Amino acid sequence: MSVSQSLFIRNGRIVDPSQKLDQVTDLWVRNGKIEAVGKNFSLPSEVHVQEIDATGLIVTPGWIDIHTHLREPGGTHKETIETGSRAAAAGGFTSIACMANTQPVNDSSYITTYIKQRVAAESPVNVFPIGAVTKGLKGEELAEIGSMREAGIVAISDDGKTVMNAYLFRKALDYSRRFDLVVISHAEDLNLKGLGVMNEGYHSARFGLRGIPKAAEEVIIARDIYLAELTGARLHIAHVSTAGSVALIREAKRRGLQVTAEVTPHHLTLTDEAVGSYDTNTKVAPPLREMEDIEALQEAVADGIIDALASDHAPHSREDKEVEYDQAEFGMVGLETAFPLYYSKVLKNHWDLSKLVAAMTIQPAKIIGVKKGTLSPGSDADISIFDPKKTWTVDKNQFRSKSQNTPFHGWELQGKPIYTIVAGQVVYSEVKK
Amino acid sequence: MNPAAHPTGNALHLKSLLGTESLKTEQIQILISTALAFKDRWDQQEPIPPTLAGKSVVMLFFEASTRTRSSFELAVQRLGGNPLVLTKSGSSTEKGETLLDTAKNIEAMDPDLLVLRHPSAGTPFLLDKTLSLPIVNAGDGFHEHPTQALLDLMTIFERRKRIQGIRVLIVGDIAHSRVARSDIYALQAMGAEVSVCGPPTLLPPKVEKMGVTLFHHLEQAVENQDVVMMLRIQHERFSSGQSPSKGEYARFYGMNQRILEMCSSDVLIMHPGPVNRGVELSTEVADSSRSVILNQVANGVFLRIAVMHLLLGGEPFSWKESVR
Repeated sequence: MSVSQSLFIRNGRIVDPSQKLDQVTDLWVRNGKIEAVGKNFSLPSEVHVQEIDATGLIVTPGWIDIHTHLREPGGTHKETIETGSRAAAAGGFTSIACMANTQPVNDSSYITTYIKQRVAAESPVNVFPIGAVTKGLKGEELAEIGSMREAGIVAISDDGKTVMNAYLFRKALDYSRRFDLVVISHAEDLNLKGLGVMNEGYHSARFGLRGIPKAAEEVIIARDIYLAELTGARLHIAHVSTAGSVALIREAKRRGLQVTAEVTPHHLTLTDEAVGSYDTNTKVAPPLREMEDIEALQEAVADGIIDALASDHAPHSREDKEVEYDQAEFGMVGLETAFPLYYSKVLKNHWDLSKLVAAMTIQPAKIIGVKKGTLSPGSDADISIFDPKKTWTVDKNQFRSKSQNTPFHGWELQGKPIYTIVAGQVVYSEVKK
Repeated sequence: MNPAAHPTGNALHLKSLLGTESLKTEQIQILISTALAFKDRWDQQEPIPPTLAGKSVVMLFFEASTRTRSSFELAVQRLGGNPLVLTKSGSSTEKGETLLDTAKNIEAMDPDLLVLRHPSAGTPFLLDKTLSLPIVNAGDGFHEHPTQALLDLMTIFERRKRIQGIRVLIVGDIAHSRVARSDIYALQAMGAEVSVCGPPTLLPPKVEKMGVTLFHHLEQAVENQDVVMMLRIQHERFSSGQSPSKGEYARFYGMNQRILEMCSSDVLIMHPGPVNRGVELSTEVADSSRSVILNQVANGVFLRIAVMHLLLGGEPFSWKESVR
């Protein structure tokens, strides 16, 4: 940057759990980095200053979503790196991590490099690729994890599919230590899941749909926790959906293991009763569970047992979704509704704001090992600013994402991202010029 | 009756018959009494009203069916209408057309009613949101089969003159049975007491939340039941770890002379068909005087006549005895 640039965010409520900060004050950004937080600050007169009046708004470190699917390469009719990252910016996210289940799979440094190049050309936000654990996600041979690490991956995962071979998963955990990578587990025993399409319980009995028992998730989480203990590796559990899983993770943390976990907006807000409409946008893996699970998940975030909130943004085209329920693809989009769902449906009764912000900033940053998620001086000026009062109605036709597969269309939500700032640049703004 | 007298233009206040879960007692009473009245007329050689004269009914059958399909087809003909049967084989579905497109194309040809049989649960509910055409669900996956349940109730009422307080046991593969679900809801709406019996592998999760009594032992379950309804066991259950073999299934869950003797002397044995003789039902019981299986089939035609007649705005008929 040849010309010295500065951004002045005035009079916002700054909430930064990494510094235990919650006060109404000013924030200075200079040359893409955080310069200072506080009042009575003066800048050298030569710099060009852009100003944002954040009165009544809440200013936090940029939000990080460590679980998204951008579908590029191979699935660009559903999403691209450009549309997915624009959806992220509109949803208030400054950093996202994208899963490896593209076509071809991100299982080599070539694909990682390709994704990085596309990101550099197209994306307004930071995008961190996640590499595959096994070649082609087939669960047979390890992917070239080290080479992908050198090319820029931040984690490995066969997300979408469980590595059913425990021996191979153990080797992946062992190997990951050499490259300081976290291994993300998609925990669903494929045999127990079978042809299931929703949670196994009273409602699957009612709706005549094949069920997926909670134990399908819990047996794999239990297995993976034992393997993390065996290997000393870092294990992260994706999209935890059951109270039983929470209990397993709670116990693993109590024993001091390096185990972290995430939960999605939909598993915090919807039960399997929603499947009764046969709206295929409610079909997701793992499936929507029951109220007792929602309560356990909300409590687990409040207790710090679940470290991160993650959208599992999974775009699918209308062709994939406007079909019979048991034929439809699993997954829903989430980037543009995630934060308002947390804010209006969970926060008020269960969490304090600093918990919510920590689970979207410093905690996910630590899981994938990136120096993000803080407004401490000198750090990257990734900032999310939202209006806590603004109410709005979800309209899937307004999404930046290329896909509209959401069960939340028409929901009244409160809290809306107003500015998304990446490296000091405003990449998304709700404010009309 | 003036169709305008009803908000949906018919006595059932229903656009479509999708399932029994949401049916009210009065709706079930109207359906059964109208079906019984039609059966009476047929037996007296009196005419059935030509409600479907000049009308066409598309029957979209994505799953093999003999009984239900021929029953609907005859019902349409007896109401004076034209049935058009489309099956999956040889249809545009095999060329990759989606169900929704197939249905929209059918609607564009302006038929008066759609009968749908489909292997995926919920499909008639999905189509009902998109189409303005009335739909009759002729079975969707493991979900519902409302006309089968209603003809079962009709058969029970015919024999027992009431449904209120009747004790009904459903035996077998409840988990994969749309008949069981529809029967449970309809019977409960009419005040019957429903029990289910089967191996734990073939019972749906938390089935007791449906208000049924649960049994795993057939010998205990059959005691004091007015009706025992045997369900068909599909061969694929034996290859998927849900039951070890036909022989073992028959030994623990088959209805045979030994079990029949443990039942009330006037018990009704029912089966939605097709029967696996020697598996869930022994030949001697299937052909015994306690079996009303063929009455079910006979009643099915009249019940389906009643359903289509009423959905298309025909007058309800009350039978000589009030249905409860």
